[in-house]
This record gives sequence, structure tokens and C-alpha cells, in this order.
Amino acid sequence: MIVAIIVVAVKLLILFAVLMLFVAYGTLAERKVSGHIQDRLGPYHCGPHGLLQPLADGLKLFFKEDIVAAESDKILYYLAPMIAIVPAILAIGVIPFGESITLFGRKIDLVVTDINVALLYLLAVSSFSVYAIVFGGWSSNSKYPLLGGLRSAAQFISYELILGLSIMGVIMVVGSFSLVDIVHYQKSMWMVVYQPLAFIIYMIAATAELNRLPFDLPEAESELVGGYHTEYSSMKFAMFFLGEYANMTVTSAVAVCLFLGGWYSPVSFLSWIPGPIWFVVKLVAVFFFLLWLRWTYPRFRYDQLMVFSWKYLLPLALVNILATGGVMILFGGI
Amino acid sequence: MKTVAEHTERRTYTLNMGPQHPSTHGVLRVILELEGETIVDARPVVGYLHRGTEKLAESKTYQQVSPLIDRLDYLACPAYNFAYCLAVEKLLGVEVPPRAKYIRVILAELARIASHLIWLGSHAMDIGAVTVFLYTFREREITYELLEMAAGVRMHQSYFVVGGVRWDLPEGFIPKLREFLDILPSKIQEYENLLTKNKIWRMRTEGLGVLSREDAIALGATGPMLRGSGVEWDIRKAYPYSGYGEFEFDIPTGRNGDVYDRYLVRMEEMRQSRRIILQALEKLPDGPIHAMEGKLYFPDPDWVRGEHRDIAALIHQFKLVVEGFHPPKGEVYQSIEAPKGELGFYIVCDGSPKPYRLRIRLPSLMNLQTLPLLSRGHKVADLVAIIGTLDIVLGDVDK
Repeated sequence: MIVAIIVVAVKLLILFAVLMLFVAYGTLAERKVSGHIQDRLGPYHCGPHGLLQPLADGLKLFFKEDIVAAESDKILYYLAPMIAIVPAILAIGVIPFGESITLFGRKIDLVVTDINVALLYLLAVSSFSVYAIVFGGWSSNSKYPLLGGLRSAAQFISYELILGLSIMGVIMVVGSFSLVDIVHYQKSMWMVVYQPLAFIIYMIAATAELNRLPFDLPEAESELVGGYHTEYSSMKFAMFFLGEYANMTVTSAVAVCLFLGGWYSPVSFLSWIPGPIWFVVKLVAVFFFLLWLRWTYPRFRYDQLMVFSWKYLLPLALVNILATGGVMILFGGI
Repeated sequence: MKTVAEHTERRTYTLNMGPQHPSTHGVLRVILELEGETIVDARPVVGYLHRGTEKLAESKTYQQVSPLIDRLDYLACPAYNFAYCLAVEKLLGVEVPPRAKYIRVILAELARIASHLIWLGSHAMDIGAVTVFLYTFREREITYELLEMAAGVRMHQSYFVVGGVRWDLPEGFIPKLREFLDILPSKIQEYENLLTKNKIWRMRTEGLGVLSREDAIALGATGPMLRGSGVEWDIRKAYPYSGYGEFEFDIPTGRNGDVYDRYLVRMEEMRQSRRIILQALEKLPDGPIHAMEGKLYFPDPDWVRGEHRDIAALIHQFKLVVEGFHPPKGEVYQSIEAPKGELGFYIVCDGSPKPYRLRIRLPSLMNLQTLPLLSRGHKVADLVAIIGTLDIVLGDVDK
């Protein structure tokens, strides 16, 4: 019993550390990738090739003056940045990143906990992050954050729905909510082959969920100054910032598990490479895709975003579910 | 069925946008009356960058005004000096030698390209396409290097002086300019690849901020704002100055008068400017770069204090510095096609070396008048696209 607890604790610690590493270097990757896309170098002065930039950023934000907006709703104002990062940390618990390994005679699953409703749990905790934005926007007692908060409430509700529907197809094919089962199912063939439409819808909805361009309306800099975090400074701002990259990491990880074969190697002759490495490679690829998208596209307008969601994505997601169901009935499963 | 607004008391709120805001291109302040995110009314408040250029000019000699004029539209300085010098020359009745005319055209068109590049970058960035901004700045840098080669400074060149240009183009300028013109079409194509057919870009710009032909004329919109609405009006063609009549170029016009059309117009204008510069380079004559009559030009330093020093040259220099030149009594108006629209200088001269009154017709200020009309009924997000399409520079709005 005690050993089991220690094992879980160690796994949690490692995962948390890895997540934070991803978050820190995600911010650097963002700046480096954007730099190279835009014909410049990105950060270059802190350490070799700017590798220590995340540390410098963190230190800088830590020592910044912590300004509290006047007449703000103090409880919600302090709560919002905390909520921002929590969902991502909660979500890493159910993400499998490798096959079980045997260590000192014990079989250890490379997932903190394999619960049978992992996907439902994921959707539940990820919806939680909207509260950070809504609270932050509301409690700041300022009009730009308020507009950002309102936008995001509408955006999250619309795209959460589509995110859930896009995952439905995968659940129908596999017949399980467990991420471990879903990855096992993809041992020979990736889910993206069976569910290409669901993958595309998932990626679009996930980008919208993450407030990334072309869907970054809640924090649209050119319109709403900083959006919901306009009135936040110092570490409170840093929490929003970290939350964004933590959510990106988790969303990429979920995409890898659901559609890109999890920890399995794409070709059999490379299967000697350990699962976790494959997992990280795929994760980085999806992460890079998100960055790439951001630095290529202009931004949607608020109403266009809604139209896009309800008029195009929602019917498409439903069609995908119907088509999956039809094929399953006709051919008795995929 | 009644709408929600009819059920409830109609309620709007005021949002103060600017003067400190990332998308108002400086210190423009817009007071927005909003209903949700829909703009009921937008009232631009100008004057945060007012420097009293017109009044200041009254206390300076004609040459000393030139650096003030530079600072109106700090993104297209040569065009502004150009208009001012043309106005003073008209007052003096001085004919500028052909080489100086051509050099002026080359630099003014280069300034147009630079100005449009900045417009494109910031306009795209306001709509969210950040990468275009950095791409355009890459090319803009070359235009500034070229201007620096010619004038010695990157901005506020004051390279054009009354009667001609300050000095001749340096060696290496023309090859470098040709090099830039060679790569320019492919770079413009690169921006167009990112935007012109981009679905999101078109969704954000098509049908937005429609300015009808009649409204454009009634509100005094000029430049790409007017041409985007389908009016083929370009002062370079209508009242050719400085030898523009000798060049072949087209006036691009739009059809719908929306943000997208104005985008296309400005993109094409950059190509047309390139065409003009190429023709000017082809025809660039040799000869003096400054009008000899009227004693407008500072004498060679060699004549003043060098080997060939001459008391007449010294007196001439002294008079020019201390007193300035005396244009005849009269009034003139001279306008040019600046990158942002019609730029005009109206000078009243009482025969003294300082302008009695200098009135500037600024394109950005006039174009800004269309903002309330263009933005009414649109969303807050559209407002930044509309401010972008106006292509205003606050120095050019507030004088």
C-alpha cells in the first residue's frame, strides 16, 4: 500500500516537473519559432541561443510590482490566476505516456491513474479554465477585461461542445473512455486514419479553447489591449501565462493520445525507441503546429467565430458521429 | 417578435479607446458608444500630438520651416518636404532643374513604398497577422537605408530644399535602389500570399467600412481612401507636378469602397511606385541639382572660407542664414499626392522672409473624418481594422 502511494507520488512529481519544463520552454519555443517564422532570431542573450530566457522571464515577472486594480472584486481577482493553471495540472493525471514497465519486480503503468472515465474527467477539468478568464475579466472592474471575459464565456461554451462531439467519434470506435484503452487500440493504426474529420475538428476546437490565434479573441491585443488579463501584473499575470502554455501542453498530449497513436511508434522498425520518447516527439510536433498556426493567420471576429462554430463545425461534428455510427452498424465495427 | 433591445430600455455604454491603446496608431483617442460589442457611435478626439506647426512656421524663415514639415508625417518625410518646397518655389517662381525633379520623384515614390509598407504591417497586425508586420519591416529597412544614403539620416531627412535638393545622390545609391526594386515584386507577392486570398483576412475586411463614392467626395477623403471607393483621382495625373506627366503609371481603383478594396489599391500603388522609380532612373539626366536663380542655395564652403574665398559668397551665406530669402508678396496653394492622400500647403507671403501664414491640408486629418461613418454599426474588433485602413499617422492628424 505504502509502496503504491510512493509510486504514485513519484510519478506525479515527475509529470509535474515535466509539465513545468514544457511550460517554461514552451514560452521560449513560442518566441523562437515566431522569431524564425518572421525572419529574425528570437531571444538570444540569456544563455546559449537564449536557452535561459524562461528563467529570466520568470525572475523579471517575480520582481515586478504587484498592482491590484482599484475597486476590484478582491476574492475573484485573486482566485482567477490560481484557477488558470489548475485544470492543466489536474488533467495530467490521466494522460498515459508509455507502456507499463517493470521496475524492481513491480509492474508500473506509465500513467498516474488509469480511470475508466478519463476522457469525461478531462473534459470536465478543462472546462474549468473558463472560470479563470471570466472571473479575471469580471473582477478587474475595467471595460476591456470585461469584454474579454464575455467573449471567452461565449467562445468556451461553443467550442467545448464541439470538442466533446469530436471526441465522440473516437469513443464510439474504441468503446471506452479510458485513454489507455484508446492508445492500445491504435497499436497498429493511428486513430487519425479512421477519424480524420474528428481530428481536424478537434484541433480547431482545441485552438479555440486555448485562446490561440486565429481564435484569440478574449485577449485580442490589438482590440482589447490585453483582454481579460489587462489589469493583472507580476506573478498573477505569470499564472495566466503559465496556464496558457500548460493547457497547450495538455491539449497537445490529449491529441497525441486520441489521434496520433500515443506512445506507439508510427513504423514497426523504429519500435525499439522507448514509448515515452515517441510520446514527447509527437507532443512537440502538435505543440509546434499550434505555434505555427498562430504566426500565420489573422484573427477571426467575435461573431464570425460564433457562426463558424455553430453553422459549420457543429453540423460537421454531428455528421462525423452519424457516419461513424453508420459504418459501425453496416460493417460491424471498424 | 420583438428584439431584446426593444423589450428592455435601450442601453449603451461608453468605452474610451486611447489615447494609449495598441491599435490607435499613436495617440488617437476614440470615444465609443457601444451596445454590447456593436458601435453605436465613434467620436475621434484629436490633438494629443499637436505641436503648433502652422504657428511655429510663422516665426521661422522659409528654409527653417522645412524640418518642421518633416515631422508631420514622420513615415513619409520626403513627400512632405516635397510639397512644401514646391509651394515655396511656386511662390518664388523658380524652376527646378530636371535632375533635381527626378531625384525628388524617386525619393517621394520610395517614401510612398515605405509608408505603404508600414501601413500594411500595422494594418495586418491589428487584424492579428503579426508575421506580415515583421516581413514589411524587413523591406522598409532597406528603404530607410536608401534614404539615409541620400540624406545622411534615416528619418526627417529635409533632403529637399527650396530650389532643388540638398546635394546629389551619393555613389552606390542607384545600384542599391535597383537591387531593392528587383526584389520588391517578390516581396509584395509574399505579403499577398499571406493575406489576399486568406479566408479569414477576407472575412475580416470585405464589406467592412464601406465608403461610397459620394460620401468619400463629400467628406474630403483623398488618396487610397478615395480611390478605394472607385474615384480615379490622383493629383500626380490631375495636376502633374515635378515632371510626373512624363511617367507612365496606372491609378488603381477599388469597386466596393471597403477595407479590402483599399488594401488592394495600396498594394497596387506600391507596384506602380516601383514603375515610376524605374522610369525615373532610366531618364535621370545629368546637370545641376539646384536652381541657380534667386540666391536660394548656400554657396560652396570653398567660396566662403576656402581657397577661393570671396566676400560676395560670404555675404550671400550670411544673409541667407541670418535673414533668409524674400519671396514676392502673394498667396499660393500647392498640393501633391502624398502616400496618404492630398497634401497641400497654402502660403500667404507678405514679402518678408517668414511666411505670414502657412496653412497645411493634411491627408490623415481629412481621412479621419470618415471614421464615425465607417464604423457605425460594426463591432469593436472592426474598429481597429477601420483605423488601420484609414492609414493615419497622428503627426499628420494633429499638426
